[in-house]
Amino acid sequence: MENAESKMNFKYILQFLGKFKAGIGLLALVIVMSFLSDRFLSLPNMLNIFRQVSIMGIMAVGMTMVILSQGIDLSVGSLLALSGAVTAGFMAGDGNMVLAILAGLAVGTGLGLFNGLMISKANLPDFIVTLAMMSIARGLVLVYTGGRPISGFDPAFRIIGGGRVGMVPIPVIIFAVILVIGYLVLNKTTFGRYIYAVGGNKQAARLAGINTDSIKIKVYAISGFLAAVSGIILTSRLNSAQPTAGVAYELDVIAMVVLGGTSLTGGKGSVGGTLIGALIIGVLNNSLNLLGVASFYQEVAKGLVILVAVLLDSLQHRD
Amino acid sequence: MANKLLEMKNISKSFPGVQALSEVDFNIDKGEVHALVGENGAGKSTLMKVLTGIHPDYEKGQIFYKGEEVRFKSPAEAQAAGLAIIHQELELIPELTVAENVFLGREPGRGWINKRKLKANTKKIFEEMGIEININKKIKNLTIGKQQMVEIAKAISQDAEIIAMDEPTSSLSQQEVKILFDLIQDLKNDGIGIIYISHHLEEIFEICDRVTVLRDGNKIKEQLVSETDRDEIVRQMVGRDVEDRFPEFDAKIGEPIFEVKNLSVPDLITDVSFQVKKGEIFGLAGLMGAGRSEIARAIYGLYKNRAGDIYLEGKKLDINSPGDAIDNGIYYLTENRKDEGLIPELSVGANMSLSILEQLTFVRGVISKRKEKSLVKDFISKLDVRTPGPWQLIKNLSGGNQQKVILGRVLSTDPKVIIMDEPTRGIDVGAKHEIYQLMEELAADGVTIIFISSELPEILNLTSRVGVIYNGRLQGIIDGSDVTQESIMNLATGGS
Repeated sequence: MENAESKMNFKYILQFLGKFKAGIGLLALVIVMSFLSDRFLSLPNMLNIFRQVSIMGIMAVGMTMVILSQGIDLSVGSLLALSGAVTAGFMAGDGNMVLAILAGLAVGTGLGLFNGLMISKANLPDFIVTLAMMSIARGLVLVYTGGRPISGFDPAFRIIGGGRVGMVPIPVIIFAVILVIGYLVLNKTTFGRYIYAVGGNKQAARLAGINTDSIKIKVYAISGFLAAVSGIILTSRLNSAQPTAGVAYELDVIAMVVLGGTSLTGGKGSVGGTLIGALIIGVLNNSLNLLGVASFYQEVAKGLVILVAVLLDSLQHRD
Repeated sequence: MANKLLEMKNISKSFPGVQALSEVDFNIDKGEVHALVGENGAGKSTLMKVLTGIHPDYEKGQIFYKGEEVRFKSPAEAQAAGLAIIHQELELIPELTVAENVFLGREPGRGWINKRKLKANTKKIFEEMGIEININKKIKNLTIGKQQMVEIAKAISQDAEIIAMDEPTSSLSQQEVKILFDLIQDLKNDGIGIIYISHHLEEIFEICDRVTVLRDGNKIKEQLVSETDRDEIVRQMVGRDVEDRFPEFDAKIGEPIFEVKNLSVPDLITDVSFQVKKGEIFGLAGLMGAGRSEIARAIYGLYKNRAGDIYLEGKKLDINSPGDAIDNGIYYLTENRKDEGLIPELSVGANMSLSILEQLTFVRGVISKRKEKSLVKDFISKLDVRTPGPWQLIKNLSGGNQQKVILGRVLSTDPKVIIMDEPTRGIDVGAKHEIYQLMEELAADGVTIIFISSELPEILNLTSRVGVIYNGRLQGIIDGSDVTQESIMNLATGGS
């Protein structure tokens, strides 16, 4: 009897910890690192971490919405590259910077919209459609660039990826703004509520009168748009559009969302979690660099962290 | 006591915050059908889960099976010992055939499946059961009734000595129920003990020997079926007297308001036409699979290839999606609460406000928490939803309360016509009564209700007219005093 009771208390504690496990994990990582490296907790290093995660973090906000609606978007890495290349291409020939940026955003959003249409109207699986788009968009990048980087831009364009306001890098500011917007959309708008409803039970949402197709299409368009935003920032930061930019980014982006506690089965999660997930990835990369761990091992470490996170999640939800 | 097959003594089991069972006794003899009844949450399922090894961690009590003390650690262990449980939600693999399902995990042959033997063994079991079935058919192509027979065949093939059936008739047609009862009789004669869980009390008087009533995790009473009656059992279940099972009401039925003309959906329904009056409760009866729900779904805009017209208040409606239907004042309450009603990970409040969210905003698209809260609070108290608060996740509520939340969703849109598809399925007696009451209040307020139900007593007591569906067609409409169990069954089976 006593045993059962203590077991129950233990379960409560686990549940409590479970709710904040991503945050606790991040905190633990930060505390351990602050002892291991005196450079870690410095302000420049912190800003550096935020800057490094901002590009993928922006995409992770879109991916959070996609996954909440019970989808998955594998095309974001390729859309990032294509949007960046289109922006660069428009600009390289002495073009208008604003027009070039709009063109890049339009390409990302348009192809995201196409993903959404295929998934909702043609009723094809999310995984396959975006896998195909990953390949199509990557191919288009190579066609468009001829496989060579595009560079030579207006110096003003460099500000987007390289500029700072005070000490804060501009990409971090853009990330913060998009996070806040993402939070507001998911928590305060009808559209956000419908994303949860569609992801939680699509048929029930439909019978409740929600236009589920339109929600899906919008979510993928947003994901494509945010991939384009990231692509433009990356192009600006590198001062060139690389044909291989963003390869395998989709995996890190999905990892951020999942580490942040959003359920791959849809309907459950938050952008707040995604921020923490992004920071875990960022701190992890940064720490391993500071500790001088070879990059090959870093991949292994990242994979293990993801595995442990998912394992904890599944243990927590076991009866 | 050679006949004692199973004895559960003093079983107690708790979950965080809930004492699910306290010192419950339950036993079963050879060749006995022992009913287990109680409202949802009374502890029936938990007791079965304790028995079959899903909850091996019960705090107190002993289980004796064939005279020996046991504590099954897993369902597989219980199964191997001869305890089979047939859940309400069947657990068959839809893409496999009947034979493959019956012997799933126990296929004859080593490594390679001996298909010939598999089929022969399966055939033999169904022959013994006296059930005609094509054992090469995939499960997904069978009716629910046939699927249930496959579950029972599976139990028999495992030499089960005790079979627990959880709401076995909830999705069966009358004919299928009869086949099931004959089969139960055969199993009894073979000395198999059957635990029968059901909300349908009539059935208990038809086939059970003993009945145990649970309430709030306590055993209220065990009695011979021959020594009790329906009212007494209901009293024991709810702990109070339930006044008339169906409230009396004076229908104030108005003019025709809703009309369906020549409604057809290829392969599902053919040329269905009917009119319903304002404030009327119009019944739609028929056997499982006759096309009742399909008519409702066609009206609700769920089939792209629908033909025929729908009129409300004389105006022809153009309904191509549930959203269109709701905008026009028509709402369909699904029979399939779990798969089509609930959004399990959302709160009670968010589930309730879902259909009317666009109107609970202060600028377009931005939810006003204040408006949402006041609507939700209103309906929680109006419908007496028992929940700790609107923030509670709906998945944590009992079936009856979940149904009330979904009803709140329906009512929030202020519909003129509500199509209720088996609204009382799988919910307890008390909540059922409240739903009947609600239907009549709505009708009195001038709401038109199309009421689909497989439970004839409900249809008989609540409706003024009944349309009977047979094979996708409206076989006939029965009116007033002509509405009887017999007249409905006659039409439902193709009579005229």
